[in-house]
Amino acid sequence: MDGDDPKGESGGKWYELFSRGARDWLRHDEKVREAVRANLPEIIAGGDVINAGARTVRIPVRMLEHYHFRLRSPEERQGAGQGKAKPGDTFADPSRQQGPGEKGAGGREDGGVQLLLEFKVDDIVDWLWEEMQLPNLKARTGPSEESDWVREGWDRRGARSRLDRRRSFKELVKRRGAPGATPTFTDEDLRFRQLARRRQPAVHAVVFFLLDVSGSMSDRDRKLAKTFFFWVVQGLRREYRSLETVFVAHTTEAWEFNEPDFFQVTGSGGTVASTGLLKVREIMQARYSPSRSNIYLFYASDGDNSVSDAGEARSALATVAADMCYTGYVEVSSGISRQLETETGKLFAELTAAGCAAGSYALNDFDDVWGAVKHFFSNQAREAT
Amino acid sequence: MSGEWHSYLRRIEELATRSGLRFHPVDFEAVPDSFMMEIAVYGLPVRMPHWSFGVRYIYQLIQRHMGHSRLFEVVFPGNPGHAYLAESNGLAENILVSAHVLGHADFSCNNLLFRRCQEQVSERIVEHAAQHARQISQASEAHGAQRVEATLDAALALEQHIDVDLALRRPRYPEYLEPPRSLVDDAFRRRFAALDPAHGAGGNEPRKRAPVPPHPERDLLWFIANYAPEMESWERDIFLAVREESFYFYPVFATQIMNEGWASYWHARLLREADFIPQQAYVDAIKCHSDVVRPIAAEQQVALSVNPYHLGFAMWEKIIATQGLEAARRIMVEDDDFAFVRNHLTRELAEELGLFRYSARSDGQIKVLTPELPALHEALLAPKYNFGAPVVLAKHVRTDGTLELMHDSSVDGRGLDLERSRKVLDYVHRVWRRPIVLTTVNQAGATLELTAP
Repeated sequence: MDGDDPKGESGGKWYELFSRGARDWLRHDEKVREAVRANLPEIIAGGDVINAGARTVRIPVRMLEHYHFRLRSPEERQGAGQGKAKPGDTFADPSRQQGPGEKGAGGREDGGVQLLLEFKVDDIVDWLWEEMQLPNLKARTGPSEESDWVREGWDRRGARSRLDRRRSFKELVKRRGAPGATPTFTDEDLRFRQLARRRQPAVHAVVFFLLDVSGSMSDRDRKLAKTFFFWVVQGLRREYRSLETVFVAHTTEAWEFNEPDFFQVTGSGGTVASTGLLKVREIMQARYSPSRSNIYLFYASDGDNSVSDAGEARSALATVAADMCYTGYVEVSSGISRQLETETGKLFAELTAAGCAAGSYALNDFDDVWGAVKHFFSNQAREAT
Repeated sequence: MSGEWHSYLRRIEELATRSGLRFHPVDFEAVPDSFMMEIAVYGLPVRMPHWSFGVRYIYQLIQRHMGHSRLFEVVFPGNPGHAYLAESNGLAENILVSAHVLGHADFSCNNLLFRRCQEQVSERIVEHAAQHARQISQASEAHGAQRVEATLDAALALEQHIDVDLALRRPRYPEYLEPPRSLVDDAFRRRFAALDPAHGAGGNEPRKRAPVPPHPERDLLWFIANYAPEMESWERDIFLAVREESFYFYPVFATQIMNEGWASYWHARLLREADFIPQQAYVDAIKCHSDVVRPIAAEQQVALSVNPYHLGFAMWEKIIATQGLEAARRIMVEDDDFAFVRNHLTRELAEELGLFRYSARSDGQIKVLTPELPALHEALLAPKYNFGAPVVLAKHVRTDGTLELMHDSSVDGRGLDLERSRKVLDYVHRVWRRPIVLTTVNQAGATLELTAP
């Protein structure tokens, strides 16, 4: 279309059907999206874009600039103007005065227009999976199945409500073909639908998020954990039709929270990991059966568990992990060199050594969030196959 | 377009010719507002695709939604000229606009800068640009849209860096240095040469290769297209296409005050003299005229920029009133904005128009300065120096192909914006394909070197 004669020799006015401005704008938009996509991990890991429940993420972007050589902006610039002004007059630049009050869709600041691009969380997760070449998870087979009754065949006996009239009539017709048959229905003709129990692989998942909120966990540590949890949920949601989440926080005691409160919770005091693990077990026993769901546990802590709790925590972890598809441990401890050698870190190392589906990862910074996600998902996929 | 308007157009053309305007025929076409907007964004009715035009397009859309700008006409010089009128124009507006277009046609047909550039580029720039657009879409198909876009990123970033003082089609630099001028041929020379015939032959010395470039080169588009070590021919073609369009845009840019003023002067005068126009249409058209040439928006006391329509219009009125039409036509033929403002914006006129010079601090504080005429001229013209771009020259190509660029800060008075310059170097590096070094100065005036990659 580009090359068409402006006078429309090819017939008709092409410019009524085709907007070059819009075409080039779309290309600009595409470039912005590419740029956002290229920097996605950094942009997303910032954490502020996470909005519980929302299926989109809004990312503020500037319009791209096509760069030219320009002089640096001077401290003082000279210009020519027109109007009622005498030498020595001073006033404020009127073009700057409409600032904040007038912003809106077309608001301009420093000559730049701010765009708010909306991205679907699902798209972002897809991109990240592509980008990081994360494997798709396989639903665990074996005990984690759900069963259902399905129709299967017919029988001469059965409940009245399951009578298959059509089938019964066919039987009647068949029988009537034989010589000397009675022309009316007999009990012999009746057919009843049969049900059979069918076992199916479970396609829903439950994820337990266990967060240590003891005094030693700083706000930043909690935010790191939150960001990590958010993307784990997104990743698992990608695989399972229904995903349930359970949020548990613990200090020396443990409580279950709903999602918004969970991310707000702060605590103080010591760390007794076993209380959290036992709470998880309690909830699991009350509400979820390991044979019907894929259950995951992610535990975030600074690893600073009370020494006296070691034995209890070990046994609690062993019982809980036995029912889990996968147990992940992230250690969020900023600036500690001996990572994963903490009390809790050791417990998980033992668990992994014992052949359980478990893994650990040290999370220091927002940049590490993707490393952590990648680590757990690659591991999990390996466990599942 | 209405037959009524057509009959007026014929009579306005006759009147213009009788008033001494000399122009090539103009083809008029009424087009939808959306297309008018695109012409304004691209500068040409059909032009190469590039995402940066998309950005301008959105700004235009925002402007239009805020009711800031309305386009009545866009005219392209040539033989014949092309004028696009907005379909939404009323009859009065179209009458005014056609007189305005004839003023532009007279200007572009006679002004020397316009004539020179049209001789070089062509009198059919609209078709040429469409041809470039076609060529670039073909390149996209052949070499991939990404590579073409990268080339356009570089070429369009350098679009102002041409040398209009030299020809559009320039020969390459001489390969070898001129042999040293032969010495005076006298009796002593002859005897001296006879002593050692091998030495005295002179011409037998191996010729020396000339450095590239032999002098700092300001036409970066031409230089890169001709001397880039590893550029592909289709990339060179894109550079040259952009350069050709820049040659077309230069006179439009460098005579804006004169050209818009001239067209405004003539639409006002032709309308005044056109007794065949009904009274109501005349009144409407004059109302429209005063909106176009008004110095400052109605709600403002002062404007921090000068409306070129208004300034040019006022200057031409003054010149014609004091020096006569013939002198005015001569000025129109010979000058560009630099000469026009410096020679013909007098102190009295500047005072009459309330023009002032100011300095603006980065915090938005404006201070009105003393009215010195030459300084006022330069304040008006400063945005137009060097096609509105800093002076960046190609200085040298090293033996490994490294391109040395130099920013001439002695002309510009201050250094380059480093962030942007680096990005431009990145664009250019993708076609030059060897390292690029750019020197400029920092705030303190010390030399600074930027490199890509």
